[in-house]
Amino acid sequence: MSNEATLHGHGEVTTSHDAHHDEDHVHHHKETFITKYVFSQDHKMIAKQFLITGMIWAILGGLMSVLFRLQLGYPDSTFPWLEDILGKWAKGGKIQPEFYYALVTMHGTVLVFFVLTGGLSGTFANFLIPLQIGARDMASPFLNMLSYWFFWLASVVMLSSLFIETGPASGGWTSYAPLSALGDASEGSKAGMDFWLVSMALFVVSSLLGGLNYITTILNMRTKGMSMTRLPLTMWAIFFTAVLGVLSFPVLLSGFILLLFDRHGGTSFYLSDIFIASTNKALPNEGGSAILFQHLFWFLGHPEVYIIILPAMGLVSEILAVNSRKPIFGYMAMIGSLFAIAILAFLVWAHHMFVTGLNPFLGSVFVLLTLLIAVPSAIKVFNWITTIWRGNIRFTPGMMFAIGFVSLFISGGLTGIFLGNSTLDIHLHDTYFIIAHFHIVMGVSAFFGMFAGIYHWYPKMYGRYMNNTMSYIHFWVTLAGAYLIFWPMHYEGLAGMPRRYLDYSGWVSFNQFGDLNRFISTVAMIVFAVQLMFVFNFFYSIFKGRRVTNQNPWGANTLEWTAPIRPGHGNWPGEIPEVYRWAYDYGKDGREFIPQTEPVGANESKH
Amino acid sequence: MSTSSIFLILILLFGFLITFQIAKASEYVGILKGEKKNLEQNNKINGFLMMVFLVLGLIGVYWCNELFKGKILGESASDHGIKIDRMLRITFWITGIVFLITQVLLFWFSYKYQYSEKRKVYYFPHDNRLELIWTVIPAIALTVLVGFGLIYWFSITGDAPKDALQIEVTGKQFNWIFRYPGKDGIFGNKYFKNIDDQKNNQLGLLWDDPASHDDIVVNTTVYLIVNKPVKLIINSRDVIHDVGLAHFRMKMDAVPGTPTTMWFTPLYTTEEMKKKTGNPDFEYELSCDQMCGKGHFSMRGVVKVVSEQEFILWRAKQASNYAQVFPPAPALMKADSVKPAAAKVKGESDSKLVAKK
Repeated sequence: MSNEATLHGHGEVTTSHDAHHDEDHVHHHKETFITKYVFSQDHKMIAKQFLITGMIWAILGGLMSVLFRLQLGYPDSTFPWLEDILGKWAKGGKIQPEFYYALVTMHGTVLVFFVLTGGLSGTFANFLIPLQIGARDMASPFLNMLSYWFFWLASVVMLSSLFIETGPASGGWTSYAPLSALGDASEGSKAGMDFWLVSMALFVVSSLLGGLNYITTILNMRTKGMSMTRLPLTMWAIFFTAVLGVLSFPVLLSGFILLLFDRHGGTSFYLSDIFIASTNKALPNEGGSAILFQHLFWFLGHPEVYIIILPAMGLVSEILAVNSRKPIFGYMAMIGSLFAIAILAFLVWAHHMFVTGLNPFLGSVFVLLTLLIAVPSAIKVFNWITTIWRGNIRFTPGMMFAIGFVSLFISGGLTGIFLGNSTLDIHLHDTYFIIAHFHIVMGVSAFFGMFAGIYHWYPKMYGRYMNNTMSYIHFWVTLAGAYLIFWPMHYEGLAGMPRRYLDYSGWVSFNQFGDLNRFISTVAMIVFAVQLMFVFNFFYSIFKGRRVTNQNPWGANTLEWTAPIRPGHGNWPGEIPEVYRWAYDYGKDGREFIPQTEPVGANESKH
Repeated sequence: MSTSSIFLILILLFGFLITFQIAKASEYVGILKGEKKNLEQNNKINGFLMMVFLVLGLIGVYWCNELFKGKILGESASDHGIKIDRMLRITFWITGIVFLITQVLLFWFSYKYQYSEKRKVYYFPHDNRLELIWTVIPAIALTVLVGFGLIYWFSITGDAPKDALQIEVTGKQFNWIFRYPGKDGIFGNKYFKNIDDQKNNQLGLLWDDPASHDDIVVNTTVYLIVNKPVKLIINSRDVIHDVGLAHFRMKMDAVPGTPTTMWFTPLYTTEEMKKKTGNPDFEYELSCDQMCGKGHFSMRGVVKVVSEQEFILWRAKQASNYAQVFPPAPALMKADSVKPAAAKVKGESDSKLVAKK
């Protein structure tokens, strides 16, 4: 890693000389380009691989949303250049329904799984776990490498599904059976669905390999003195995330395997009483249950949204404390609420299914459990707010995004109280209200957590800073844009406007929002353009960013800032540091910060 | 590519270049000024913007509310809808208050406690009393919400009144089929393998069951009686659809192989709603609310709510599906009087329905 400075830097390397020399002692094996950048077993490189792959996916996923927002904002216009690019999918310059549904499906799949699971957990779990617990690498660097390469394979399969003749999967990211099981019912349920399932299966393998590694590493490889209750909250959040993933992804895989059997093996797990009009044939299947798929899907699907949001919560907790120069408020309550959320995550999946004909009594149990989640969530929000109260806040770009995260999490979380209540869900289910809700609370929020993390740990990743001005523009446009895009959607949802429609002009009840849809589309495009600026800033700064000259640029307590500016494989030259205290001694006894490596003084006050 | 889009891209690129140059320049200036001074300056600007964002944001929220007031919801057209609207209002007020308090605190604190050389931070790692307060208060608020929610939920999903009008709704790619039990009040048996669109048997009715002979099958438009409870028995022929009735605030999935039910009482006729909404083109619409394939967005049904007399007149004009397939067979039409008694679904689907309850 340290060689990067000499590889890409211009001029002299003056700042990190010590680090360089020491690092050479750490690993004696010879590194080639392949072992260093491609099949690397260094957790830091694997993290960057996850991050950059995630960013590529985010751009593609975002681009898809721009395309379908174009259709939603301007349903009557034609765009001949679309046909030039997309061919038959945009015949006559209009996005075809099949393609529209393929776009929304891929947008969802890509962002939920590849960006906010692979990209977010993959990046920060890999990067931070060994550095923050004080380990040289993951418990199994080899499995860790495999985890990335399975993700890569999943990405390749998913990407290639965009180019097959019948198009990619188009049954929604939830791919409910029987639509996803019957090629005759939808073009996207032909080969595209098989690609989707194979890709997702590979992704599950990747997640499991990663998750097992994260859990093992956090439990077994903490440095001397690093008890579980001295871990930074990032570690706790990632730990619970990994546990959720390990317990729920296999259920999803089983659901997918049954779906594959139904598609190709003639089984009837999800199929019963089906007559296909396009072939004018009744299918032989009887006795299956389409609802079974939804149970299996949401048994992962719900924990999945916590798999997305918990790491963001962890990153934000850490960044808020560091930049408020104040301990995180209620450390134990924060862990407790993470734990409560992780447990409840498994007990609420059927709230996605209130209107499937679920037994109303069962529904009521899920209402209770779902609204219970609001309690630990409220604790977290109040604790975050109390953390910045009477702090001394530095608005670093990371801090700004962390504050933005809290704001969005509040806004999106509160609308969850509407949807989790089955009575209201009857009206709001599958309308724009739910789109607004989950985009704010797990889409944009998780992105804000991720951006916060990227800006905050960028100096550790690349030994340089990102450009501040571009970061601030990025923040303000994205925050304002996110609210402008998703806030008005609540109103569309209250009017009962269904989601996944590409054109509302045929409806009396839902065509009153034409101007609003155009407005939302315009803002979405601006916000997307600004994300491209962020991507530019990211890559430009790797090579040209201002150099980090201070080993601990934010004045943080955690262990990663005791490592050299550009740590090599093995992280610390010489001994691994020992830990004597928790990670949040900021502003204690008149001292700005006290690193975890500093022994507790004789007359230090207790917390 | 058209010239306008090339033009647009050029403008974007130009804007980006300018931003980039400014960003680069300000970074150099920042280095010249020194890190500390730079930080203080950025901090002031961003702290101020936090406050601006809060104020503009809250004005925006209020303005948005005013702007869309007339375009959302409207008056609920069913008895269940009134309950749902009430629940909506309760939730709106409780969450609205929390929203206001937390957002104001968040941005105000951000502004107020921005970096200052003089400020001493308050070492405040935890406080059990405070944490207990904000565990208990949300818990109480949620108990209220769950309580109201479940009372309404059970009354909405409870059994339909015995005298409810029964209609079977079947979704298919991409339209709706409705079946009335006819004069005998009993739905005839059906079997999906019997479906034959060419032979005008969309539902696969079994003609050897006499109860099926007077069943009326219509497409797209369904007639309901105002102020009379209606129970929908919902099926699907192919994939999952969803019967969405925004004005009645009702929704239920149509699942192949597993019939579902819902019931409600329409409160206003279509004509009354035309007057209420001031829209002469008003129709109650039935939207498919579950992704069902490429025609999902156009899977529209129309619900006509009419008076009882109009309904009887309308129904009298409909030929039964059987009569359409085997025209005219007047001898088979029994001269039963219209019984208000509950319609009964016989055979296979009967047992499934009972199991659902």
